[in-house]
Amino acid sequence: MSAEPMNSQAGAASSGHALWVRIAHWLIVAVVFTLAYSGIVILMAHPRLYWGWSGNDLTRPLIELPLGPNYHHGGWEPAIAFFGDPNGPVSRARTFDIFNQNGWARSLHFLLAWLLVAALAAFAAASLITGHLRRDLAPTREELAPKALWRDVRDHLVLRITPANGGPPYGTLQKLAYLGVIFVALPVMVLTGLSMSPAVAAAWPWLPSLFGGTQSARTIHFLFLCLLALFLLAHLLMVLLSGFGRQIRAMTLGK
Amino acid sequence: MDRNDIFLPRRALLGGLATLGSLALAGCHDETPPTYGNILRIGDDFTYRVQRMLLPRNALVREFDHADITSMPAIGTTNPGNAKEPAFSTEFGEAYDRLRKGAFADWRLEVTGLVARPGRFSLADLKALPARTQITRHTCEEGWSSIAEWTGAPLAALLNAAGMLPSARYVNFHAYDEIVDNIDLIDALHPQTILAYGMNGRDIPVGHGAPARVRVETQLGYKSIKFLRRIEVVEKFDDFGKVGNIQNGWSWYAGI
Repeated sequence: MSAEPMNSQAGAASSGHALWVRIAHWLIVAVVFTLAYSGIVILMAHPRLYWGWSGNDLTRPLIELPLGPNYHHGGWEPAIAFFGDPNGPVSRARTFDIFNQNGWARSLHFLLAWLLVAALAAFAAASLITGHLRRDLAPTREELAPKALWRDVRDHLVLRITPANGGPPYGTLQKLAYLGVIFVALPVMVLTGLSMSPAVAAAWPWLPSLFGGTQSARTIHFLFLCLLALFLLAHLLMVLLSGFGRQIRAMTLGK
Repeated sequence: MDRNDIFLPRRALLGGLATLGSLALAGCHDETPPTYGNILRIGDDFTYRVQRMLLPRNALVREFDHADITSMPAIGTTNPGNAKEPAFSTEFGEAYDRLRKGAFADWRLEVTGLVARPGRFSLADLKALPARTQITRHTCEEGWSSIAEWTGAPLAALLNAAGMLPSARYVNFHAYDEIVDNIDLIDALHPQTILAYGMNGRDIPVGHGAPARVRVETQLGYKSIKFLRRIEVVEKFDDFGKVGNIQNGWSWYAGI
């Protein structure tokens, strides 16, 4: 056995996850999964991403995702130049009947987005009031010291994972990951999502500007989906390595 | 149409009061679009109410510079007079084709319903109303957007010219491709909601809604009905049954 402590929380006893944490966790899981599902269906209607305020099939994309039947679809009538210059803005009529399930996908996405906003607000309030944020989530100064942080990074790199103790205290990277998801990634998803709304962009033009335009906001919305997917992979890997049954039981039943 | 109608101060004042009155009324007896118990439509109505409650009603959308104009795909119905298009209307398709071949000289926009002076507006009548030119972003529900310059008469000016009555609450649009939709008075009277007859400095091309389309800049593109045939001012919300958005599984309100 190694003489070196494996993780900052090694050996610490846990009081388990509070009931409200468990409810919020699984609620947010369900909401985020449904949002991801409907969001990908929405993206499939137009699997091209742009930078700036506008972008469409007749302009150059930043990325084109090979996602579904609309990827590289043909079916355009000849271009008509608006200002006589064929290299300038043109109009083309679409003849291809595209895949589009946005009727239900958009409405489902926005319905769930309201739930996400409510759940995030409730989680933020509860974690402040109960001290969960200060006690369990905020890293201490000692934990953020370069040496301690490096040790935690190295432990993760070699997959030296502390066995589950069924709740807090959390490791430093673990704390940073949770804070990043709850207080950065999910709020960025909400704000970039709102930026795409024409009524919101009219009322608060600074919001899409913050992200460099509405199409940039859409691209960032997708990049943060990828970041959340990466988090999910890492999170599931840690749950597996630290004791899957124990962890799931702790997040569901408490201890 | 007699243009002087809209410049009579007394009438303008009455019209303004009527508008304010109907807005206040819209605030009190709340009637939102039917949901048929569908959870998605309930969510749509919730978004509509929250946006109306939280967002300033007459905020203008950003207007861009001429250099920002981009290409713009023409989608949906691209020519209502083309019998090969899936949305071809047996009732109006041939009429549209005739009008198009006559450069829309015989086109008339019918204005009916809760107006003191129902009438038929020619393109020249629309062009005689005070014009507004705006370079705005068109946001398609599919995910893309484009920027174009639109020239037209503010819908508010047309409703004023027709003498909209105080009981008015919604404005219904009927198009040559048989598309029907409506907006509330907040969007109808928004300064950037125009009946556009010009695009990028020329007449609107057929694919983009010739001879006139509405531009509802505060909502998604599908609310900006192309190929206008008739405008109807009503008090009661109409979801247009099987041909309307709601019963076809789409949100009526598209401010998001």
